[in-house]
Amino acid sequence: MPRRNDIHKVLVIGSGPIIIGQAAEFDYAGTQACQALKEEGIEVVLVNSNPATIMTDTNIADKVYIEPLKAEVVKNIIIKEKPDSILPTLGGQTGLNLAMELAESGFLEAKGVKLLGTATEAIKMAEDRQDFKDTMERIGEPCIASKVVTTIEDAVAFAKEIEYPVIVRPAYTLGGTGGGIVNNEEELRETGGHGLRLSRVHQVLIEKCIAGWKEIEYEVMRDSKGNVITVCNMENIDPVGVHTGDSIVVAPSQTLADKEYQMLRTSALKIISALGIQGGCNVQYALHPTSFEYAVIEVNPRVSRSSALASKATGYPIAKVASKIAIGYGLDEIKNAVTGKTYACFEPTLDYVVVKIPKWPFDKFVRAKRTLGTQMKATGEVMSISSSFEAALMKAIRSLELGIFTLEQDIYKKLEGNELVRKLSDINDERIFVIAEAIRRSVTLEEIHEITKIDYFFLCKIKELVLMEEKLKSYTPGQLTGDILRKAKKMGFTDRVIAKLTGTTKENITNLRKQQGIAAAYKMVDTCAAEFEAATPYYYSTYDNNSEVKQSSREKVLVLGSGPIRIGQGIEFDYCSVHSVWALKEMGYETIIANNNPETVSTDFDTADKLYFEPLTPEDVENIVEAENPKGAIVQFGGQTAIKLTKALDEMGVRIFGTEPENVDAAEDREKFDEILEKTGIPRPQGKTIFTLEEALAAANELGYPVLVRPSYVLGGQGMEIAFNDRDVAEFMEIINRTVQEHPILIDKYMMGKEIEVDAICDGENILIPGIMEHLERAGVHSGDSISVYPTQTVSDKIKKVIVDYTERLAKALNVIGLVNIQYVVYNNEVYVIEVNPRSSRTVPYISKVTGIPMVNLATRCMMGMKLGDFRFGTGLYKEPEYVSVKVPVFSFEKLHDVDISLGPEMKSTGEVLGIADNFPEALYKGIIASGIRLPQKGDGILMTVRDTDKPELVGIAEEFEKLGFTLYATGKTAHMLNHNGIATNAVKKLDEGSPNILDLIQSGKLGMIINTPTKGRKPDRDGFKIRRKAVEMSIPCLTSLDTASAIIRCLKLGKTEGQLEVLNLSIFE
Amino acid sequence: MKAFLLLEDGTVFEGNSFGKEGKVVGEVVFNTGMTGYQEVLTDPSYCGQIVCMTYPLIGNYGVNLDDIESVKPQVKGFIVRELCKTPSNWRSIESLNEYLKRHGIIGLEGIDTRALTIILRNRGTMKGTIVTCETLEEIEEKIAEVKAYTVSNPVLQVTTPEIKHYSGEGYKIALLDYGLKKNIVRSLQKRNCEVYVFPCTATAEEVLTVEPDGIMLSNGPGDPKDCRFQIDNIKKLIGKKPIFGICLGHQLTALANGADTEKLKYGHRGCNHPVKDIEKDMTYITSQNHGYTIIKESLDPEIMKISHINMNDGTIEGLKYKNAPMFTVQFHPEASPGPGDTAYLFDEFIKMIDEAGSSNK
Repeated sequence: MPRRNDIHKVLVIGSGPIIIGQAAEFDYAGTQACQALKEEGIEVVLVNSNPATIMTDTNIADKVYIEPLKAEVVKNIIIKEKPDSILPTLGGQTGLNLAMELAESGFLEAKGVKLLGTATEAIKMAEDRQDFKDTMERIGEPCIASKVVTTIEDAVAFAKEIEYPVIVRPAYTLGGTGGGIVNNEEELRETGGHGLRLSRVHQVLIEKCIAGWKEIEYEVMRDSKGNVITVCNMENIDPVGVHTGDSIVVAPSQTLADKEYQMLRTSALKIISALGIQGGCNVQYALHPTSFEYAVIEVNPRVSRSSALASKATGYPIAKVASKIAIGYGLDEIKNAVTGKTYACFEPTLDYVVVKIPKWPFDKFVRAKRTLGTQMKATGEVMSISSSFEAALMKAIRSLELGIFTLEQDIYKKLEGNELVRKLSDINDERIFVIAEAIRRSVTLEEIHEITKIDYFFLCKIKELVLMEEKLKSYTPGQLTGDILRKAKKMGFTDRVIAKLTGTTKENITNLRKQQGIAAAYKMVDTCAAEFEAATPYYYSTYDNNSEVKQSSREKVLVLGSGPIRIGQGIEFDYCSVHSVWALKEMGYETIIANNNPETVSTDFDTADKLYFEPLTPEDVENIVEAENPKGAIVQFGGQTAIKLTKALDEMGVRIFGTEPENVDAAEDREKFDEILEKTGIPRPQGKTIFTLEEALAAANELGYPVLVRPSYVLGGQGMEIAFNDRDVAEFMEIINRTVQEHPILIDKYMMGKEIEVDAICDGENILIPGIMEHLERAGVHSGDSISVYPTQTVSDKIKKVIVDYTERLAKALNVIGLVNIQYVVYNNEVYVIEVNPRSSRTVPYISKVTGIPMVNLATRCMMGMKLGDFRFGTGLYKEPEYVSVKVPVFSFEKLHDVDISLGPEMKSTGEVLGIADNFPEALYKGIIASGIRLPQKGDGILMTVRDTDKPELVGIAEEFEKLGFTLYATGKTAHMLNHNGIATNAVKKLDEGSPNILDLIQSGKLGMIINTPTKGRKPDRDGFKIRRKAVEMSIPCLTSLDTASAIIRCLKLGKTEGQLEVLNLSIFE
Repeated sequence: MKAFLLLEDGTVFEGNSFGKEGKVVGEVVFNTGMTGYQEVLTDPSYCGQIVCMTYPLIGNYGVNLDDIESVKPQVKGFIVRELCKTPSNWRSIESLNEYLKRHGIIGLEGIDTRALTIILRNRGTMKGTIVTCETLEEIEEKIAEVKAYTVSNPVLQVTTPEIKHYSGEGYKIALLDYGLKKNIVRSLQKRNCEVYVFPCTATAEEVLTVEPDGIMLSNGPGDPKDCRFQIDNIKKLIGKKPIFGICLGHQLTALANGADTEKLKYGHRGCNHPVKDIEKDMTYITSQNHGYTIIKESLDPEIMKISHINMNDGTIEGLKYKNAPMFTVQFHPEASPGPGDTAYLFDEFIKMIDEAGSSNK
């Protein structure tokens, strides 16, 4: 069937901010979709609230709306743009839900807008638990005993019938939000109640628990003609019970014979045919480990995280093909982009093994519960490719950037035998290392299997790795033969690990390897196991003799990617890497990208001229350098991942384009940086470096409280705390000194002023500052967690001049070439510099969009030798637009139990949204609602419990809330103070004052918002913590800064509804 | 123990021996299926061939009693990148190594199978030899031996020695065994058929004595043009009963109808080949194993028309005949290994018998 001729203008809905369960994969999918539609001559209108995405670039879609993903807002876009169709299945669950809401309300039909791809009825059939079950029953596909319930009593009754444990799965939520395995009625009441609240349709599924079965997924595609194919199947190493997003996954399946493989494949194709899917679809199965019995767990009638993985694992561009199908093409009419000759109607076959490991935020949230279950917790993932499972696993492990390069980890070596075996039953991110340690201690595979239910195949593979580690340990460097070395390399051991295990230096191993002619070879991902000649420049390394990489004679630049999405390093760095590649391509360079994140645009094989899907470690990068011999490398855009490789690249003799490595170092090294500040005459908050508690107390008192205490050489504000008194300092010092500190501890004067952030481009002579941003929360909240406003609303021209001047001086002193990000604090009308990062920052994508300056493109060109004068944007501070843009952080606290949601110097947000309007309050309002905060409604209760220092300031805020018609609640002292100030406030009991108390009030559903500023200090502020967690569970917005509360008041005073907001497309900034 | 693969062009791959030790000569081909090695090993169409699997991890799920397409492994040699020594699957009764050892099949593991595949793709299928030894010597002599190797009438080596009977309540099918895969019989049994399996040497008269409702021509190894007797026999069967041919059966039927065949550069072997059913205008993923194909230009449009084509290279994948109730396909609708998407062809065969029966009345 050729392309439909009734499609001329399509609205593509994105997936919004990065949250746990919905990461960068939808930027990859949406970008591919837009490109696929545009090459058909279709006009594309895009809406997404996430400004850090590539899909929201004006060169990806014809009209880009960075607007809240709310039905009323999207309706206005439809009214304004009059698209004839909507493509709903490429924007994740968010995009799909939104499209369904518009369809169900009858709006689309009234406006004559068609839903492309899978029909509404089919989506409902797959998404609605009961409809889905009925459909499966009708076509004879087995499901797990389950029942959809809408009340907790029904849930309890059904659980009794099928017996505990049971699984709770809320309908229409992401990544299984709010679900989990429960073992008894009490747990069911808690989890079930939570799930009911979170579900858009107030439904949860109560399901028989089949934990321990194999979990297998199939990625399948169907066109409107009914042609069906399987792109890939995948096997979860973790059996059923762990969310697939939190499982270590291998592709293709390893332990299924053809009979089992085909049985499930046939089932998957039968299901998509019965549902009438048009596009991509994911089917998850539970397969009994010792019979042919299976059950369908779930069907996702859209492009998903798994399809991004399947896409990168096979080279089959699922999102692109799904988009072509949506506009009418048959699979037999779409060209296979990999071979360029064959068609999309085929099944990829792999001649390598792919391993995916999730990237969890537990290194950041050290107090979070690490247990893995049906609720996804990972923020991102890494993928690796190799010709053996062992090597793929080792590559994936080192791609996680946890400083782990082998399965042998000291912390598990310390565990007693019994403790170790007990730990095997903890299902968490550390289990694979515990298993390895257990194998090392001769715990039998039978026992490990009995506890973990992980298939013997995988346990045996882990054993192979452990045996190799032990074997290497038994050799002295002199005894190490080429044969063993080759074997170890084929299993994925790095030279560094081999050196450590054999007790020699990395250099010795590398030399021995080279003498023996053992070097990395690169193989191509070609979808067809070499059956046909392919043109895909997509490579992975093995240790074979035959390499398929052909070095061209063109000048090459290596761009290092940013690895997995994690807190503090999100999609914005993929945006930067991709834009840098595009700029280099425009300049005529051959571009090479190295990255390991399957969810990204940078790892699409047609983004750069060559893609190396490899871990980003010195050795892996050195191998690429040897294979390609690039002119130089770019590290500025890949976040900390790429920056960390600077030294290694320098040592390899690879030229670093842009700011010289020594200058990067100068910005990070406190002494060198202080020298520069002195030379340039720029003030910074006073500080001291200390080692002991006595020194700390003396320093703190000399500087005057509050002070910032932190270990030096840490990233993303890790371990940074604000101390208000000697007691706090003593506590933090105790925590910091639990680990031996090689470097001094830093104590700085904490200035509670206004934080300002600047991104600038420098060519070595001049600078261009696209914009100065102002943070809404005062200094102390990590810049990534602050609401950021551009252009500034409360900064005087005089201060701006100072900032421009300082920025210029700093950029020049540090010899910045490319991008620099500087953070300032304005305190008592003085500007102080807090931090200088000579690289791209997370604000670059958003500032690029709202200034119309292609920052990464210009920075890349400067790094390659061009000057700012060559472009049309001038130098100095760029003119400010008439529109205001407000960036609001987005958190994933409902997915992470035991994490304190209060904001501080350590970053906690997973994503961001942008609100744009012609005035500040409306832009703020857009940002707030886009971030998912539900503004309280007139008559709602507002609970306020704040620390003593905040009480005076609370009065004004409370008064405003009262005037706006809210009912106020506060605990004893606060209530008394407010009432004393003539603001009617209901007193509520604290937790230790009996009941009904605060928690009961939160539970009651009367509250629309909670303002809770935590008492500072790390001492578990138990009451506050409980209040904040309860708020998350009840989905009540909880603000932990009074500045944010003031912002909310401005939104409320605006008095606008979502439908009254003017929708703007990015052309206003051109 | 080390082992080597030596190709007729002199290329050498060094790896480790598994299965039986010794020396074997055969035609080296590659199969791109990710699962189904046991079915591949026991598929008689591989008679005379050394098969290299492109998927690197082979033997993961061991060997079981059920997934066999004939009583024993039929390949001459087997090449894998990594042999799994610790298989894991509930049906597994032994490891692949033990199985091949037991049946005296020579295996080679630990070579760069992708590099080998690219050589075969670029230079075409070649003959080669696997030799188990510590150092490969007398290479020239070995190459000469490899070059001299031919398989003569492999069909005779793999066909059933006597007639076999499988009872059933439905139609009576005469199945000519040129090296059949058991799943063809199972597919017919699933449709309630009574099946008589005939040796490839059976005459048309012998076949017709059981008064079959339909005739099936099986898959099998080798160059179809070598099967003179079988082609003549098919000529005698045309028009007598509805006929359904698979793979070699498809090629022989075409030859019997005056068409011609040729050898493909490196054949089609795997589970992912897209084939379009022209009449239905639908594309199906098929299981394939063939080295020869029918030449398009040799078709007589008066007698036959193309019913299926390969979406990758446009080769003929199925023919429908106008001179008799008869259709044949190049791929394997019985799957095993591979997708069962085209199992509907067995139903169409049954329908063809239905129609033939009602028109006779």
